[in-house]
Amino acid sequence: MDAIILQILNGLDKGSAYALIALGLTLIFGTLGVVNFAHGALFMIGAFCAVTLSKILNLSFETIDPNKTDFLGNPLKVKTPYVESWFGPETGAALIDWSVPLAILFSIPIMLLVGVIMERGLIKHFYKREHADQILVTFGLAIVLQEIIKYYFGANPIPTPAPDAFKGSFDFGAAIGFDPNTIIYPYWRLVYFMFSVVIIGGVFAFLQFTTFGMVVRAGMADRETVGLLGIDIDKRFTIMFGLAAAVAGLAGVMYTPINSPNYHMGMDFLVLSFVVVVVGGMGSLPGAVLAGFLLGILESFASMREVIDLIPGINQIIIYLVAIIILLTRPRGLMGRKGVMEE
Amino acid sequence: MLGLNKKDTSLLLIVVVLTLFAPFILNPFPEGSAMAQFNAGYPDLMQRFVIFGIFAIGFNILFGLTGYLSFGHAAFLGIGSYGAVWMFKILGMNVLPAIVLAVIVAGLFAVVIGYVSLRRSGIYFSILTLAFAQMMFALAYSVLTPITGGETGLQLTLNDPRILGASQTAGGNIPVPSLFGMEMRSSTDLEIAGWVFTFNVGYYFSALIMILAFYLSIRIFRSPFGMMLRAIKSNQNRLSYTGLNPRPYTLAAFVISGMYAGLAGGLMASMDPLAGAERMQWTASGEVVLMTILGGTGTLIGPVLGAGFIKYFENIFSKINDNILHQWFAFLPDGLEDFVVFIIHPFIGKGWHLTLGILFMLVVIFLPGGLVEGGQRIRKAIKGKKADDTETAKTEPAE
Repeated sequence: MDAIILQILNGLDKGSAYALIALGLTLIFGTLGVVNFAHGALFMIGAFCAVTLSKILNLSFETIDPNKTDFLGNPLKVKTPYVESWFGPETGAALIDWSVPLAILFSIPIMLLVGVIMERGLIKHFYKREHADQILVTFGLAIVLQEIIKYYFGANPIPTPAPDAFKGSFDFGAAIGFDPNTIIYPYWRLVYFMFSVVIIGGVFAFLQFTTFGMVVRAGMADRETVGLLGIDIDKRFTIMFGLAAAVAGLAGVMYTPINSPNYHMGMDFLVLSFVVVVVGGMGSLPGAVLAGFLLGILESFASMREVIDLIPGINQIIIYLVAIIILLTRPRGLMGRKGVMEE
Repeated sequence: MLGLNKKDTSLLLIVVVLTLFAPFILNPFPEGSAMAQFNAGYPDLMQRFVIFGIFAIGFNILFGLTGYLSFGHAAFLGIGSYGAVWMFKILGMNVLPAIVLAVIVAGLFAVVIGYVSLRRSGIYFSILTLAFAQMMFALAYSVLTPITGGETGLQLTLNDPRILGASQTAGGNIPVPSLFGMEMRSSTDLEIAGWVFTFNVGYYFSALIMILAFYLSIRIFRSPFGMMLRAIKSNQNRLSYTGLNPRPYTLAAFVISGMYAGLAGGLMASMDPLAGAERMQWTASGEVVLMTILGGTGTLIGPVLGAGFIKYFENIFSKINDNILHQWFAFLPDGLEDFVVFIIHPFIGKGWHLTLGILFMLVVIFLPGGLVEGGQRIRKAIKGKKADDTETAKTEPAE
């Protein structure tokens, strides 16, 4: 029993990332009808927003401390980050410590901007062209974005730690009545899961309970009619693209402490997220979220020792295998709507 | 000639001449001159030109004719490589059985994967092929290590049985791939007044196979079968309404294209007898898509051009560094020179993929027909509109 709970928990954080990316992909597909292969790159850019912020906060100047000497006997050079000298040592240190959560604020405007520029500058011109062309041009864009990041940040993963307060692990087993230390779960992964639930809830609430969201949903159902009613639906769809970019970016920001970001993390997640979208059902938002969590949990169950002993290598291929089975037996996906991307 | 019309014959002849004289054509600059770094006439690179040419020709039979965009084609290339290396290990170092096995194994896998994937079309097909390729990559990388060599790749060892040949040479080394005694890596140098031309057995072997592959692809393009594939691309529904089942045709195209990829993989292993899982990764599949699109989808010559273009510039761009740039722009005032070098710097050396990505986007956005369409447009612009009738070497994209 405790092993099962542990695997479910382990699946949740990966599942959260899949769900967030797949949600953004589906938003873009549902509103604009574009298959966005550059969505993984947005996830990666989000992660690098966090890296950038932590680098900015760590910018320091050197002072010579005459009272201390280093091992060669020279006066010791002390590095002081600017934030510490401006806000005092304690506030400054706290700012640096909390750089990842702070990056959420930092990344939202950046990601919105990146998304809007992408949509207006490039994707706009591809609405009328085939899906294959959309795939190809966004694939090219993904390569370009990835290489730009590689140029500025190098090819190695950059560790970006979570705040000290979340460094430990939470003894989940003890909390729900099992023996202590049977189910332990890092705090940050718990935070990531909560965060993704909040974001997903926020996106759904935004679409369901605001006038803007209502118009967007109407536009998803019938773009032309909404346009004829005198609503500038293109503008709203552009904003939705920005929102989808922001969701991917936030998923990336919060993921940095779990896995040190490198320039190809976006591509790694993209392939899986596409599979998630297809399993969930093209164009279905709840489907994308559901499939994201399901596949994440499934993946973590497949990596259990007992399962691997039974079917070697299953953990590597389970997601693809599920996708192939789903596509062949239920081409619309788990919750796909009728008439979306069917031939 | 050979069952081709005049236009296709001349196209085939051009390709034959280009490939056979490639050691001369690709070495236009004398050895030791400043421009010698732009020479591409050395065996390793020329082999890559023709092998990726074969790969792209095969991919084009599927994508160019039927419009099915496969994102997992590198899987067949990888399978071909593994098949060939296993043949080297078990049977002997002759390349012919290795290549035959590579094609057969890749074909078998293509039948299975194609049968499943082709039940869907459009983006679903792309994702299914991608899923299969990723699955095979993951398995080759981990669980199938006894067969695939895992992370290190599959290599020849001194203990391999090699039934028809010797396990090791007289000197105690691993034997090299050969064709009835002609070693693939042996080459002859020809020096003419400062120029050095290298003729490599492996290159000519691959080049002959590429010419055959190219001829076959012309025949497929011009056959009733090719016509049927084009019909699938332009309107599959209408084809079904006329009472024809498109699936056998698409499956045949998929298998042929997979066998081409297997052939390329087998050749790759014959030139350098090792095979690694990274050949199957989806970035490798993306590369052949890039080649085909860049050259011109659905045209005969396009994929070959695209493969040559990408491999050539990959090689050249990776070699250029800041010092060379400074030499080139030495005529500019110092400040401006530094600025120009600073601007170009991200695109050269390791930045080649950035250049490639930008180039690829530009082609998809502005020139959907690729280099071939670009050439046609330039020719039109030069000759005026009447030149259309005299068009010989190029074919129209299959729309």
